[in-house]
Amino acid sequence: MNRHLIAAADLSRDDALLILDTAEELARMSDRPIKKLPTLRGRTVVNLFFEDSTRTRISFEAAAKRLSADVINFSAKGSSVAKGESLKDTALTLEAMGADAVVIRHDASGAPHRLAGWIRGHVINAGDGMHEHPTQALLDAFTIRRRLGLQPGAGETGPAPASRRAASGSATGHSAASRGGGRSGAGGLDGVRVTIVGDVLHSRVARSNIALLNILGAEVTLVAPPTLLPIAVDGWSCEVSYDLDAVLPKSDVIMMLRVQRERMTAAYFPSVREYSRRYGLDAGRMAMLPEHAIVMHPGPMNRGVEIAAEVADSPRSTIVEQVANGVSVRMAVLYLLLGGAELTGEPR
Amino acid sequence: MEDTVNRAADTWLIRKATLPSGRSTDLLLHDGVIAETGTRLAAAGAQVLDADGLIALPGLVDLHTHLREPGREDAETIGTGTRAAALGGYTAVHAMANTEPVADTAGVVEQVWRLGREAGHCDVQPVGAVTLGLGGTRLAELGAMADSAARVRVFSDDGHCVSDPLLMRRALEYVKAFDGVIAQHAQEPRLTEGAQMNEGAVSGRLGLAGWPAVAEEAIIARDCLLAAHVGSALHVCHVSTAGSVEIIRWAKSKGWRVTAEVTPHHLLLTDELAESYDPIYKVNPPLRTATDIEGLRVGLADGTIDCVATDHAPHPSEAKDTEWADAAFGMTGLEVALRAVQQAMVETGLLDWAGVADRMSVRPAAIGRLGGHGILPAAGGPANLTLYDPAAAPEPVDPAAHASKSRNSPFRGVALPGHVVATFLRGTATVLDGKATS
Repeated sequence: MNRHLIAAADLSRDDALLILDTAEELARMSDRPIKKLPTLRGRTVVNLFFEDSTRTRISFEAAAKRLSADVINFSAKGSSVAKGESLKDTALTLEAMGADAVVIRHDASGAPHRLAGWIRGHVINAGDGMHEHPTQALLDAFTIRRRLGLQPGAGETGPAPASRRAASGSATGHSAASRGGGRSGAGGLDGVRVTIVGDVLHSRVARSNIALLNILGAEVTLVAPPTLLPIAVDGWSCEVSYDLDAVLPKSDVIMMLRVQRERMTAAYFPSVREYSRRYGLDAGRMAMLPEHAIVMHPGPMNRGVEIAAEVADSPRSTIVEQVANGVSVRMAVLYLLLGGAELTGEPR
Repeated sequence: MEDTVNRAADTWLIRKATLPSGRSTDLLLHDGVIAETGTRLAAAGAQVLDADGLIALPGLVDLHTHLREPGREDAETIGTGTRAAALGGYTAVHAMANTEPVADTAGVVEQVWRLGREAGHCDVQPVGAVTLGLGGTRLAELGAMADSAARVRVFSDDGHCVSDPLLMRRALEYVKAFDGVIAQHAQEPRLTEGAQMNEGAVSGRLGLAGWPAVAEEAIIARDCLLAAHVGSALHVCHVSTAGSVEIIRWAKSKGWRVTAEVTPHHLLLTDELAESYDPIYKVNPPLRTATDIEGLRVGLADGTIDCVATDHAPHPSEAKDTEWADAAFGMTGLEVALRAVQQAMVETGLLDWAGVADRMSVRPAAIGRLGGHGILPAAGGPANLTLYDPAAAPEPVDPAAHASKSRNSPFRGVALPGHVVATFLRGTATVLDGKATS
């Protein structure tokens, strides 16, 4: 892994598993009465947020503070940026103030790439435009591993997805096993069938998840109206379907993406109601999922649009866990990048 | 005394130059014309330039240059832009209309034309705006610009597409009265709202809003049909897709008056360069795919695309030192265009030097209705010449060394062959030994 975390697509399988396994260890520590670790004492982490995102910012802030780092929150609103300062000048200012890491959220795809070229500190992408949101994908993978009992040390006790139970001798199972050796075999998501539903075209969460799920061996299916898929989606390593009902029974994980109402005015779909009827997850559709399947959403949700309230609040929903896991995963990323630990893999 | 010196400075004996046809000859330049050609010419008092191994091209003509003056003299001036042009081997450039104020009146085009004359590095032929303020709603006074001292014949809203089909039809019809041509920036605006780069595999991966090929091709198809319907002349700016080449080939096969240009960058660079998110590669129309490059090269070779035009678009560094989406569109091109064309077209065997002379001088001058330019070197012809060394070892492009005020060359660090040794404008050297003379 590079010294930055800019895209899930840059991670090797070993990198990804190291982050997830480290997050497991850190999550166990957070069960202790004193949650704080001294690891990053004296290091400065800047949260540089050009888009409003209280959830993500608080998650990164909590993660950094539990590792004893000093945290500076820089919000573009009302700042020098609002006065017309460029990203480059903001970056150089932060650098001069001694930021060891900058967590950046920006509405322009590629902003973290540019930032990494201008500063010496580590850059962590907290979501850039329509490009990537790698820590979201990592926390989603972490959540899937835990819920499906695939994390190392989970043994045979946890529930396994149907595909793995039914096809333990299948080609997929063999290939995962034969990769073997060290981390490569264990702790991945080999053979797990993940369905991602919604506005893939505009979604950085979808891009990061597709990349990371592929790296970890999962089988990804995208379901969306054709207007909300990239024109060259054929070249992505995943299946594509326009029919949610057909895919549901073959899914171990279903990930619902937030759909923005303004897409309707740009003619991506005729109405919110029609979108909801064709691509929303309601109780009836949830019943078509296999028994062990889980329902995910990166939040914030549009209840009644892409996900019905009774689905969001059902025991299959991992939405609240995802938030909790976000802190552990972000701690792991900060710990590994700033703690000096070298992640071993080569960028893909 | 001074008079004698000047006369000597204006007489040049160029020895053993290779003409585009491949024939070797001496050229005697005097009084702004090529006075004599032949072997072992002699002229007392003439300055002698040994051109053994150099190709003598007719002075290059650019149909598409942004000189930024008036208005954005921080990016380029007519002085710096025309010096850059001369260093690239150009003796005439067409200055695009998107200045501040817009070149949509006789006053502005005459000012640009005069400033070009005064700078003296190359001729500046203003392009007039098609619509008032490039606003796309009302025709500018095209006739007044045509009748002005600048004698405008090419009209373009470049940077903006004349997307209203009725307005485009009227513009095409109207300029027939003075043998004008409408140069269209073909970009369907609704299909390219917020567009950042070519729509395809790379844009999908990078999460940058796509600029689909169809947005260019649909306008070109429409405009070809309109030009045919009203019997007027259409020129298509910076063609960037293989599909556009096919449409133009079809229109030409009908005998319609359609011409087209391609930029050096679209002949060499692909959208994969956007992977760096470095806006130095952000341009409109965007860099496309290898398939498009192939189509464009074949189209230029077979004459479907008439000429190479630079779309030289200088920008100050702060316009490119930003996030991709915030950055300005555009690339500089004047100083490397000929070298880039050698790389894309000559090294690949698609064009010989006669072809290069045709596509970079003869045809653009004809499309621009530009007298005194685009004439193959011959006795009695104007002494507008470019001496080019195609055998110069490939050197990485260094934008910091460019005469342009701006540094936004996408060829930064790319090794390109060839070297412009000298440029003559009406017998006066504007470039000697690869350096501007003033």
